[in-house]
Amino acid sequence: MAERVLMKGNEAIAEAAIRAGCRHYFGYPITPQTEVAAYMAKKMPKIGGVFLQAESEIASINMVYGAAAAGMRVMTSSSSPGISLKSEGLSYIAGSDVPAFVVNVQRGGPGLGGIQPSQSDYFQATKGGGHGDYRMIVLAPASVQEMASLTVKGFNLADKYRMTAMILADGTIGQMMEPITFEDAEVETYDKPWALTGTKMQRPHNIVNSLYLKADELERKNFERYERYKVVEENEVMYEAYMMEDAEICVTAFGIAARVAKNAVVSARREGVKAGLIRPITLWPFPAQALRRAAEQVKSFVCVELNMGQMIEDVRLAIECTRPVSLCNRTGGMIPSPDQVLSAIRAAQKGVN
Amino acid sequence: MAIVFQKPRALTDAAFHYCPGCPHGIIHRLVAEAIDSLGIEGETIGVAPVGCAVMAYDYFACDMIEAAHGRAPATATGIKRCRPDSIVFTYQGDGDLASIGMAETVHAAARNENITVIFVNNAIYGMTGGQMAPTSLPGQVTQTSPYGRDVNHCGWPIRVCELLATLEGPEYVARVAVNSVKNVKAAGKAIRKAFQNQIDKKGFSLIEVVSACPTNWGMTPQKALEWVESDMLPYYPLGVYKDRSGAKEADAT
Repeated sequence: MAERVLMKGNEAIAEAAIRAGCRHYFGYPITPQTEVAAYMAKKMPKIGGVFLQAESEIASINMVYGAAAAGMRVMTSSSSPGISLKSEGLSYIAGSDVPAFVVNVQRGGPGLGGIQPSQSDYFQATKGGGHGDYRMIVLAPASVQEMASLTVKGFNLADKYRMTAMILADGTIGQMMEPITFEDAEVETYDKPWALTGTKMQRPHNIVNSLYLKADELERKNFERYERYKVVEENEVMYEAYMMEDAEICVTAFGIAARVAKNAVVSARREGVKAGLIRPITLWPFPAQALRRAAEQVKSFVCVELNMGQMIEDVRLAIECTRPVSLCNRTGGMIPSPDQVLSAIRAAQKGVN
Repeated sequence: MAIVFQKPRALTDAAFHYCPGCPHGIIHRLVAEAIDSLGIEGETIGVAPVGCAVMAYDYFACDMIEAAHGRAPATATGIKRCRPDSIVFTYQGDGDLASIGMAETVHAAARNENITVIFVNNAIYGMTGGQMAPTSLPGQVTQTSPYGRDVNHCGWPIRVCELLATLEGPEYVARVAVNSVKNVKAAGKAIRKAFQNQIDKKGFSLIEVVSACPTNWGMTPQKALEWVESDMLPYYPLGVYKDRSGAKEADAT
């Protein structure tokens, strides 16, 4: 029986990262994720790892770039405004095809915004953020347990596909404490023949680079990368379907919003409204097929988000607007109550959305 | 017949893309000679900048990475912290190191990060076609200072060595030039020392190489080297600005 420990979400990420073989952390303080850095600062020196507080978010992501290019499991963590600063580096990491693990414990925006929980970086995480054609694997934990297990998963996927895996959490899951175990995720290892190790005079030099001045060469690189992304889309989609077997209303929500939505689904069922929940765990690749199948069964969708309506665009795209999709949201650090979501479900049931 | 002169092993066979008369070729060679003479090519990882030397990754035979503009010291930090037994160097221009990358430069120096920084100061942005650099001289005409650099409008050129020498952190900070045979020889010695320091785990070494840009200065290569002597060096005096180990063997003047 695996030992159960009580941990904060942010600490669970840090501990899971260490268990996944991460020995290098580069970061810069920002609320509400600083516990990740604090945990790493305490632990890394004792296990032969490196914790380094960088001079900026920009420096820290470029340290991650260097460490990743050197073939190491490496991570950084931040919150929304900090992720904006890291976006340049994320683009370079994507363009150079090196694996990185990045955590965004979101807070309200735009601008300096606030420090309360938010999901308003969905677009930034799933549609790019930095410049150029690229994708990141985006994982959305809804519990402290998932903060840990998706961290190990993220490191594995990053190495497997030579790309960035991002945990898109929020201030609530980052700060709340729940009992968890650490033995449910398997650490995978991958060869890295492309890594900068020094040639040892045994092989031609490795070059890690995102510059391609010949347009046809750059196009080919992008085509190749998107072939790889296609494999990710085919193999790595994760979602949870809850009470969907006979559902007539499909609630969609990720992360902490899904916890609230689940309560509302249970309440709706008690009232005789056949509601169910599809919770994307990977925001990219997005569980579009699951939603398409749901659209054949349900009469409408309710999208619950802590933003002004971002994932709702992907829901509509996935179901090709064949069913009405209503938005139930709060933003700026506010969280919808189960009653607000229940009202939205009732409204969807009556067809007045 | 005895070979008396040849290309350093640490340079690949790729042809440089640099303009005729550009000293980047000399500076690349000095770096490669240092790597050869210390026998460290197999352990060395180089970090190329954004600027004229952006394609340095094709020219050095060691493992190479292309950094984002100004971020080479951070990228080098990431590599060095993962592979402390590797020899990590950055090769950066004045816009890269002293403008957009000033924070990364200062903090890598403050941490005494055990890396070697080759800083090529030619007082202009070369690759983008000759704009004002953080090291462009007062009155210097560039594409973005067409009436001459007005220090009342856009401030004074930055002396990087003097600035970094105020920090406790760095091990070795020196300014050299490549405008004469004598200066090239001294530059080679200083660059070698900057790599030796890293091997000896002494910490951060930065060699500022005062260079020329005939193309964007609008001068012949010969005239450009004369302008280094007459205009650049009075503002950027050669010398060792910090040497914690106290040894003065690299007489950069």
